[in-house]
Amino acid sequence: MAAAADCGTGAGSTGSIGAAACKNNVTSFQRKGPRASGTDSGCSRLVSIAGTRPSVRNGQLLVSTGLPALDQLLGGGLAVGTVLLIEEDKYNTYSSLLFKFFLAEGIINGHTLLVASAKEDPADILQELPAPLLDDNCKKDFDEDVCNHKTPDSNIKMKIAWRYQLLPKMEQSGPVSSSRFGHYYDASKRMPQELIEESKWHGFFFPEKLSSTLTTEPRSLTGGYRKLLQFIQNVIYEEGFDGSNPQKKQKNILRIGIQNLGSPLWGDDICCTENCDNSHSLTKFLYVLRGLLRTSLSACIITMPTHLIQNKAVISRVTNLSDTVVGLESFTGSGRETNPLYKDYHGLIHIRQIPRLNNLIYDVSDVKDLAFKLKRKLFTIEWVQDNYLRQERNIYPPGFSYLLKQKDSAWGEGSLQHSTFLMSFLAKATAFASRLVRHSEPLKQTGSGRILQASGPRLWHDGRRQATPGLLAIPPS
Amino acid sequence: GKLTLLCDAKTDGSFLVHHFLSFYLKANCKVCFVALVQSFSHYNIVGRKLGVSLTAARECGQLVFLEGLKSSVDVFFRAQAEPHPLQFLREADVGNLQPLYEFIREALKPMEDGQAAWRYPVLLVDDLSVLLSLGLGAVAGLDFMHYCRVAVCWEQKGNIVALVHDSGDAEDEENDILLNGLSHQSHLILRAEGLATGFCRDVHGQLKILWRTPSQPAAQRDRSLTYQYKIQDKSVSFFAKGMSPAVL
Repeated sequence: MAAAADCGTGAGSTGSIGAAACKNNVTSFQRKGPRASGTDSGCSRLVSIAGTRPSVRNGQLLVSTGLPALDQLLGGGLAVGTVLLIEEDKYNTYSSLLFKFFLAEGIINGHTLLVASAKEDPADILQELPAPLLDDNCKKDFDEDVCNHKTPDSNIKMKIAWRYQLLPKMEQSGPVSSSRFGHYYDASKRMPQELIEESKWHGFFFPEKLSSTLTTEPRSLTGGYRKLLQFIQNVIYEEGFDGSNPQKKQKNILRIGIQNLGSPLWGDDICCTENCDNSHSLTKFLYVLRGLLRTSLSACIITMPTHLIQNKAVISRVTNLSDTVVGLESFTGSGRETNPLYKDYHGLIHIRQIPRLNNLIYDVSDVKDLAFKLKRKLFTIEWVQDNYLRQERNIYPPGFSYLLKQKDSAWGEGSLQHSTFLMSFLAKATAFASRLVRHSEPLKQTGSGRILQASGPRLWHDGRRQATPGLLAIPPS
Repeated sequence: GKLTLLCDAKTDGSFLVHHFLSFYLKANCKVCFVALVQSFSHYNIVGRKLGVSLTAARECGQLVFLEGLKSSVDVFFRAQAEPHPLQFLREADVGNLQPLYEFIREALKPMEDGQAAWRYPVLLVDDLSVLLSLGLGAVAGLDFMHYCRVAVCWEQKGNIVALVHDSGDAEDEENDILLNGLSHQSHLILRAEGLATGFCRDVHGQLKILWRTPSQPAAQRDRSLTYQYKIQDKSVSFFAKGMSPAVL
């Protein structure tokens, strides 16, 4: 990859930190190596399902989310049996796009779909799915896109520090010809009708089911959630996704998509008031849904309008109960639309949570400031240089960030006011000094909350040196 | 007879649960594990990396495993004949955790014939905060822990380890009540926090260890230690603050 080549040239004049960062990038690329061969290297019994592949890290079966860039950020894909929660953006433009990508991926791979919505008829949702990009059409589109990127890149090389060249661009490679995992979609075209008709899907449209009778218990959930859970459970049981039906020879994945969960259209008032009566309905629903998913071959995507939920505790509970959480923040109508930094992008994407499945550690990408854009046909996710020195924080000890550039400081954009050698020297000095000082006050949040206030090295307090544990004194027992 | 409270704020403290599970299984104790968050195979695979086999332990009776996710599906969709530990999922109003307590008490009862002489019993609860999400109040959770402490810690001289999430600035009052109540009752608090400056590749978080003596007067000072840690594939490495190998 291009970044690995740049690592060799750029690492000439720097200290040991550069080498460490370079090494990490090389190993991370080695980790991604087996991905190219994809399904060939997996074990035979897991690969037998179309559109899935085992994870490189822990052997977990993964399905694609429909966006190869998002797959890469989530560590290869979405694990089967887990929930992907998408926190919607304000006008629900891009989250519904991600929802459709997920369903379109299911149709291409031949998975069974279950679409649940309280707003649109599932049949209408399926008509609006984006068309897959075929190899011959999109190759030339990709080439011109890559060329457009090349010229601004060479200018940026001069301005920013060498380290930024090492950070990988998200997903610049074009579609693989034998793409059995992760396809690209053209958001401006519709999926051909025959593909939709060939696919197997189940729809749950809540207004239709309002009047139907059903079993009265259990009463612990609101009506909409209860019916949806029973519908999902019926489909799983009857189609044999949980392995209980021995006659089903062909294993397949069930892709469940639930749109706008938690909105008032489902009969839940969690978005309307702060103290609602049924505040536990949504969380209970998520818990039982996860129980259903864990015992069957299915993956679920849920879009939830969390910006409408007034009770912050519910949002944190919902996040804890889901496996993967991705938040979208679009720039439409906000002040950032006119910010020259964001002029190419349509919004920010935050990866809030990634599950640790079957493992103590998990695949987390190193870049945290990600933005997405919908460029003519493709949805790409790229790293945006928002806070220039934010990446520096990775190597400095905690307590050092007061020296880093704050968000709206007087420093101009595109320039560094100090040399990196001085910063690395200061880092080592402060690491040594911070061991001598006890930081005991809790750190408060200042300003926008984007950067937490960090404590500086306090060597003098009230004219005296503060008590120094560790090196100079024996800790009281 | 000690209560250990695991607390995590802004990060995932499940590595502590895995550690305690493998620690007590290796120490030949009888363990009752109430796993409400993940499935059995998840703990099994991680346990294998840490050197214990959960399937073998379950078969020989050392481990009693209550899998929350799988049993919740059974409880929710089919009415059960006898009271199920997770019966509260079916109830509309605020339920109580008595069936769960009875289940635990039954599981950790010392065996009469005494053929497999395990050491003292241990109760591990993976996530008490999930119980709050499932419709129970903080008071019900505290009552449940009190009953379990009487049964396990005092009667059978066993230990309890419980994990509670700290919601931080998310203003979850019920969670705060549960957390504060338990931290006053516990003998050891392990608090895993994310770094204050944000995400770091080489230092995953900070662990604060606090030894307490709930029964003694507050004049005696509690001991506390702070370490930073990095989680690796099969272990966790700890180091003093600021002394990460990546920085030095």
